[in-house]
Amino acid sequence: MSEVLLEFKNLGKNFGGVRALDGFDMQVKRGEIIGLIGPNGSGKTTSFNLMTGIYAPSQGEVHFDGADITGMSARKVYEAGIARTFQRSRLCLPLSIFDNIMIGNHARLNTGLWFNLFQRRALRGQVEEFYTQARDLVAGFSEDLAGRMFDPVGSLPMIERRRIEICRALISKPKLLLLDEPSAGMTHDETAQMMDDILAVRDRMGGLSIIIIEHEMGVIERLCDQCVVLSYGRKISEGSYAHIAADPEVQSAYLGMD
Amino acid sequence: MQNKTIPDTRWMGLPHLAVGLIVIAAIALFGWQFLLADSEIAVLGMVALAAMAAFGVGKTGLNKSMSAAMRNHGRSMNIAILLALVCVIFLLGGEHFPLLMLTTTLLYMTVAFGLNAQFGLTGMVNFAGASFFGVGAYTAAVLTNHSALPPILILVAGGVFSALIGCLLIVPVVRTAGHYSAVVTIAFSVMFKTFLEVNDVLGGPQGLMVGPMKTFGWDFNSSPLLMGMELSFYVNYALLGAGLAALAFMFVQRLERSWIGLTLDSVRLDETASACFGLNVVRAKVLAFTFGNILIGIAGALYGMMISFIAPNSFSFSDSLLMVAIVLLGGLGSLWGTALAAVIVVLLPEKLQILQEYRFLLFSVVVILMLLFRPEGLMPRKVRSYFPNWRPEQ
Ligand SMILES: Nc1ncnc2c1ncn2[C@@H]1O[C@H](COP(=O)(O)OP(=O)(O)OP(=O)(O)O)[C@@H](O)[C@H]1O
Ligand SMILES: [Mg+2]
Repeated sequence: MSEVLLEFKNLGKNFGGVRALDGFDMQVKRGEIIGLIGPNGSGKTTSFNLMTGIYAPSQGEVHFDGADITGMSARKVYEAGIARTFQRSRLCLPLSIFDNIMIGNHARLNTGLWFNLFQRRALRGQVEEFYTQARDLVAGFSEDLAGRMFDPVGSLPMIERRRIEICRALISKPKLLLLDEPSAGMTHDETAQMMDDILAVRDRMGGLSIIIIEHEMGVIERLCDQCVVLSYGRKISEGSYAHIAADPEVQSAYLGMD
Repeated sequence: MQNKTIPDTRWMGLPHLAVGLIVIAAIALFGWQFLLADSEIAVLGMVALAAMAAFGVGKTGLNKSMSAAMRNHGRSMNIAILLALVCVIFLLGGEHFPLLMLTTTLLYMTVAFGLNAQFGLTGMVNFAGASFFGVGAYTAAVLTNHSALPPILILVAGGVFSALIGCLLIVPVVRTAGHYSAVVTIAFSVMFKTFLEVNDVLGGPQGLMVGPMKTFGWDFNSSPLLMGMELSFYVNYALLGAGLAALAFMFVQRLERSWIGLTLDSVRLDETASACFGLNVVRAKVLAFTFGNILIGIAGALYGMMISFIAPNSFSFSDSLLMVAIVLLGGLGSLWGTALAAVIVVLLPEKLQILQEYRFLLFSVVVILMLLFRPEGLMPRKVRSYFPNWRPEQ
């Protein structure tokens, strides 16, 4: 098993005239937490979308776990072991916590028509089994939340929603977790809690790699083994947090003094 | 294990069930009298009474007891409701017109259950409900006249044909997102009626005769005898209509309370995120669309056999609109709400001639007001519970 889990080679994406991403090379090793940073509109979310099959890249390749997944459908990528959260939380608000997490568990659900309509006893067995798993997963974040598995997600505050979103991504036991601005819309204390959550998750799920997009530099400094900085769709720097923080090119990109 | 079902102790359970049964009996009695009421004043009085009762139910906590009865004694309650319906049918006995109205309501209810799988769960608005209903009815007409197929199979054929015609639409409906797929069904609805009107084989604007329902020597168009009394032949159709509505209810409810229901909800709420978690969006849409059209087609076939003469005018775009109005009024995804709304939308205009003329206008206004002030419908859908008597959190 190679040490490298994910690799971008010369990845690029054009939206009409806009070069959202340009010649992006990156490697993620197993068990590593990578911070992906850069000013607004620098192509961070686009790189997630290219990886997870939402858009097909205009150029370049994505390799994951030894296979070329360039241009694969979102479904295939998910089955290969990449799960994500979204920049603007994309939970199904009217559905319960349990339902939302089960959407992430979709690959293991038996969705056969006959099974669901007529084998109700077997279905019940599966529902109870997955309920226990989902509850345990949620309990790892908050015991209180685990006691409310059948509350609609729309009734929960932002931090709880983020947690549910992470649980939804984790229930499928992915090899790579993509977090797009997990601290957005949270208070200082909530953000601190969120970081503890993420570190705890990594410890619980041995070998999980995480790429985290974040504007909050404190989060990046505390969590990440490596950082990659994008600006106008190009990688301008990479290395440890101390290294990129000292990089004059990164400083000028953030301050906008070219 | 945290998982456990609540023990259903008899002395705890009995009062809820008793309350449930009393309410069912009261509604059945009311429905029976409502169907028989012949003066408009009496009808208006009864509508006012029902509105007051509905208001009172919320105030006295009766609704809590009712939902507890439905949750803890689902099977008994469902059987009781079906029995009550059968009683009403026999109590109406020789009354042709009320029985015809009741059966029409039950068939529209079946249609609305089908639409609910498409619209309420999956978010695909089907503005061609009346067309698929028509496909069922015309299938019944052609097959009863030109084949020796047993009528019970003709009902099934009505559903199958409706689903097949639906397959013609499936490509544009699945490919286009949101409102565009609604436009596709509107176009189909308009084209379908025009097609019937210019097609001589299908009787053109005059329409076609439909043969009766017959099964195992039971001819639905002959009057059944009950204890020496001759009943209306509509009793046959009403009984079968009740059975069909009950089956449709059961199927859609089981669909909703399953992984498939979850998949459909997810596709409705966020297609992109669904695909990111490996859901097959196309399969979900095809399944829901076909499932709904089968139910609609079967209801249409039975409708054709019952009224024995069908014409393009019964399957117009405005009828499709009424069907969608039922689903919106009842509450998207809420099956009991749909049942209630079907009664309101179909029965009320029949009983109040003033409404009959303006019913399209009236229900358009009602739907708009509903969407503005109570978008979740008369009886909002609850969070999914896969098995209503299973509550692992307590
Ligand atoms: N679907 C799209 N169509 C057209 N342009 C797009 C699309 N998605 C992104 N872009 C453009 O690509 C560029 C990069 O966008 P992206 O969302 O990747 O930025 P980001 O780094 O995630 O920024 P932010 O910090 O604001 O989330 C932006 O100029 C954006 O306008
Ligand atoms: Mg972004």
